Amino acid sequence: MGNKWFKKWAAAGALFFWSVAAWAEYKLNLQLPMTHLGEQIYDLHTIITVICFVIFIGVFGFMFYAVFKHRKSVGHKASQFHENTAVEVAWTLIPAVILIAMAVPATSTLLTMRDTSEPDMTIKATGYQWKWGYDYLKGEGEGISFYSTLSTPREQIDGRDVAGRNANPHYLLETDNHVVVPVGKKIRVLVTAADVLHAWYVPQLSVKQDAVPGFIRDTWFKAEKAGVYRGQCAELCGKDHGFMPIVVEVMEPAQYTAWVGAQQKMVAAAKVDPNKTWTLDDLKAQGEKVYAQNCVACHQATGMGVPGAFPALNGSKVVNGPKADQIKLVLTGKQGTAMNSFKHLSDVDLAAVITYTRNHWNNKTGEAIAPAEIKAARN
Amino acid sequence: MEAAHAHTHGHDDHGSHAHKPYGMMRWIKSTNHKDIGTMYLWFSFAMFLVGGTMAMIIRAELFQPGLQIVRPEFFNSMITYHGLIMVFGAIMPAFVGFANWLIPMQIGAPDMAFPRMNNLSFWLLPPAALLLIGAQFVPGGGAGVGWTLYAPLSTQAGPAMDLTIFAIHILGMSSIMGSINIITTILNMRAPGMTLMKMPMFCWTWLITAYLLVAVMPVLAGAVTMTLTDRHFGTHFFNAAGGGDPVLYQHIFWFFGHPEVYIIAIPAFGVVSQVIPAFSRKPLFGYASMVYATASIAILSFMVWAHHMYTAGMPVEAQLYFMYATVLIAVPTGVKVFNWVATMWKGSLTFETPMLFAMGFLFLFTLGGFTGLVLAIVPVDIQLHDTYYVVAHFHYVMVAGALFSAFAGIYFWLPKWTGRMYNETLGKWHFWLTLIFFNLTFFVQHFLGLAGMPRRIPDYALQFAEFNMISSIGAFGFGLSQLLFLYIVIKTITSGEKAEALPWEGANSLEWTHLPTPAPYHSFATPPEIK
Repeated sequence: MGNKWFKKWAAAGALFFWSVAAWAEYKLNLQLPMTHLGEQIYDLHTIITVICFVIFIGVFGFMFYAVFKHRKSVGHKASQFHENTAVEVAWTLIPAVILIAMAVPATSTLLTMRDTSEPDMTIKATGYQWKWGYDYLKGEGEGISFYSTLSTPREQIDGRDVAGRNANPHYLLETDNHVVVPVGKKIRVLVTAADVLHAWYVPQLSVKQDAVPGFIRDTWFKAEKAGVYRGQCAELCGKDHGFMPIVVEVMEPAQYTAWVGAQQKMVAAAKVDPNKTWTLDDLKAQGEKVYAQNCVACHQATGMGVPGAFPALNGSKVVNGPKADQIKLVLTGKQGTAMNSFKHLSDVDLAAVITYTRNHWNNKTGEAIAPAEIKAARN
Repeated sequence: MEAAHAHTHGHDDHGSHAHKPYGMMRWIKSTNHKDIGTMYLWFSFAMFLVGGTMAMIIRAELFQPGLQIVRPEFFNSMITYHGLIMVFGAIMPAFVGFANWLIPMQIGAPDMAFPRMNNLSFWLLPPAALLLIGAQFVPGGGAGVGWTLYAPLSTQAGPAMDLTIFAIHILGMSSIMGSINIITTILNMRAPGMTLMKMPMFCWTWLITAYLLVAVMPVLAGAVTMTLTDRHFGTHFFNAAGGGDPVLYQHIFWFFGHPEVYIIAIPAFGVVSQVIPAFSRKPLFGYASMVYATASIAILSFMVWAHHMYTAGMPVEAQLYFMYATVLIAVPTGVKVFNWVATMWKGSLTFETPMLFAMGFLFLFTLGGFTGLVLAIVPVDIQLHDTYYVVAHFHYVMVAGALFSAFAGIYFWLPKWTGRMYNETLGKWHFWLTLIFFNLTFFVQHFLGLAGMPRRIPDYALQFAEFNMISSIGAFGFGLSQLLFLYIVIKTITSGEKAEALPWEGANSLEWTHLPTPAPYHSFATPPEIK
C-alpha cells in the first residue's frame, strides 16, 4: 500500500509543478508578463517557489512521519539523543549552497532591471494626491503632457450603481488618459511625486518604482506585445491611494505615430488665447469638468463635503466671500489638511472651477473669474 | 508581653505567612513578577480584542468590491491602528508577560532584579493604549498613514499623529526598562550551578531579545521624534524642499523595524523550545546550536533592514548586498526548524493543546519563512512589494508564528499559574477552529498579491473579488474563535479541575520540577542547587 500510495502522490506532485504556468489564468500566479525581463522574473519566482515547496515537503514529511509513528499512543518509547554535530553542519551548509544557487540568477536579472541606459524614449510620471501626471520628455512624442485620473464613475464605487460596477471589467483600473507607448522600444520612466510618496506599478510590465517627492528615480520596460496594461499606485498616499490607477497602452509603431500626431494637434487647438474673453457660462461648463476630475472625491458632487472631514463648498464662507481669498486657497492649499495646492492646473481650469463653485448649488455670487486673474495671483 | 506577641503580625512581617496583598491596590502597587506577568497577559488579550475588532472592520469593508461600510480615510486609520495595537499592544506585551512569569522561576530566582521598575514598565502600557485608541476621536480621526508611519504622509497628518507619536514614546520606554530588568535578572540572579548553557531555551531567547530591544527602541523613538519636529518645530529631516529626504525616515524606521520582527519572533521560538521537548518526552535537540542560531539571527537582523525598501530607489549595489544578507538569515532559522523536528523524531509524542499549537507554529511559521525568502529576492520583490503577498507573509509569521506560540505557552503554563487544568476538548476546538480560519483568511492573500492587488486599499478591482470574500469569511471565523479562547481561560481560572503537580510528563524546567502547582506567590526565596 505504501509504495502505490507514494507513487500516486509523486505523480500528483509532478503534475502540480508543471501546471503552475497554467495557473496564471486562475489568478493563482503573477500576471502574464509582457516583457522579456518579466518572463525572467516569472521563471525566477517559479523556481524559488518550487525549491521552497520541495524542502517544505521534505522537512514536514519527517515531522508527520514522527506524528504517526513516534507517538506514545502506539507505544513508541522516546530515544534520548539530543545532539549531533555532523548533522548540524550538514543542515547549515546545504541550505547555504541552495541560497547561493538562488542568488546567482537573481543577481543577473537585477542588474538588467537597473540598467536604464540608452532608452528609446523617456517619460516622466509624477504622482499626485490622487492622480498621475505624465510628461513625454524625450523621443517620439516629446512635449506631450497630460494628467491621468481614475475614470470609474463615483456611483459605481459608492454603491449607487452596483449593476454598472459588476458590468465594468476595468472597475478601478481605468483612466481618462492612457500612457501610450510604442511596442518593442525601451521606455525609460522617470518617477517622482508632487506631495507624498506614491509608487508607479504595472504588473504585466514588471515595473514598480517608488515616487519620492523632491527626488527623481527611474525604471524601464520594453513591451513585446501591443495591448493595454493596467496597474495601481503601490505606496499609501492618503485617502484615495486605491483610486489612482495607471493605464499603459502599447501600440504598434505606425499607430503610435498617428497618436502622437493627434495629441499634438489637440494641444495646438486647445492652446488658449490668454486674452480670450470667457463668458460665465463657458467658465461654468469647463469648471464642472474640472470639478468632476479634481474636487468631487472630497467635496462631493453635492458640494456638501463630508462633515468632520471635508468642508462643504455649498454655502461656504470662502466660496461666497471675496474671490481673492478663494483663489489664494486653491493656489496654495491649506497646511495641515488634505487640501493640497492646485497650482498645477492651468489658469483657465482654475478660473473655471472657482467660477463653477461660486455659481452652483445654492451659491449665487454671479461672479466670473478670468484666467488672467489666476495668472496674476500666482505671483 | 501577650500584647507584644499578638502584634508580631505587624507591618514588617512580610514573610511567607503574611497576608497576600488584595484588592485594586494589590495590582496597582504590585512588585511581584507573577502579578505583573498576569497583568501583561490580560492587557495583551484586551488589546488583541481591540486590534481584532479593527481587523473585522477592515475585512468587512473588503468583503466585496465597492465602498459599503467605511470611508477611505477611516479605513486607512483602521489598518494603521490595527498594526500598531497588535504589534505594540498585543503580541509584545504577551511575551513580556511570559518573561515576567517564567524567567525568575526558570532560573531559580525569587523575582526580577528591579521589581519596582517592573511595575512601572507595566503601568506605562494602559495610558499608551488609551492614547492609541483616543487618537480615533480627535478632529480628522486616526492617522491613516500605515503602522510604518512613513513621511511625508505622517508629517501631513492631523493631530492624531501627535498622540500616536506620544504613545510610541511611552511604549518604547516600557520596553527598554523591561529589557534592562530581564538582562540584569538573567545575568545576575541564576541559581548556583545554573550556567548560561544550562538555562532553559526560553530564558536564552529572552536574553537575546532584550538586547535587541535596548538597541533598537531608541532608534524608533528617534524616527518619530524627527517626525514630530518636522511637524511642529520647523525641521525638515524628511522634506526635500528643506534639504531632507523622505527615504531617510524609511532607513531609520526599518533599522528598528527589522530587529523588531525578531523581537516578536524570538521569544515565540523560546516558548516552542519548551513545549516541543515536553510533549516529545525528549530533550531539545541541539541546545548549543539553538543558542548560536538564535544569536546569529539577532545579529544578522541588524544588517538587513533595507529589504523593506527595495523599490525606494537605492543603488543596485545596495539592493544586491541587502538581498544576500537577507537570504543568509534563512540559514540559522532553518537550523532551528530542523532542530525542532529532530526533537520530535523518535520521541514519545502526545498531542495535547499546547503541542498542537506548537506544531501549528512549526508548520506555518516555516511556510511564512519561505514566503519571506521569495520576497528577499529583489527581482521578485519588485512585483510583490506593497501587495497582499507581503500581508500574507507577515501574518503567517506573526499570527501563525508568534500568536500560536503564545497560545501554546498559555495552555502549557496555565496549570502552573492557576493550579487548574483547562478543558482539553475545548482547547482542541480552539486550536482547530483557529488553524482552519487562519489559513482561510491568509493563504488566499498570497494569490491576491501575486495577481497584483496592492496593500492598504479599501476597494479593489473585480478580479480580486473571490479571494477577498474568502479571506473575509475566514477572518470573521478567526475572530469568533478567539472568543472561545477567552471563555476557556475564564472557565479554567474560575472552575477548572485541580491540576496535578506535574500535568505534563515531559516538562523538566525548574518551575515544573522544583515548585508546587500552582506556584506560590513568592518562590525560590532560597535558590535551589543545580547539579
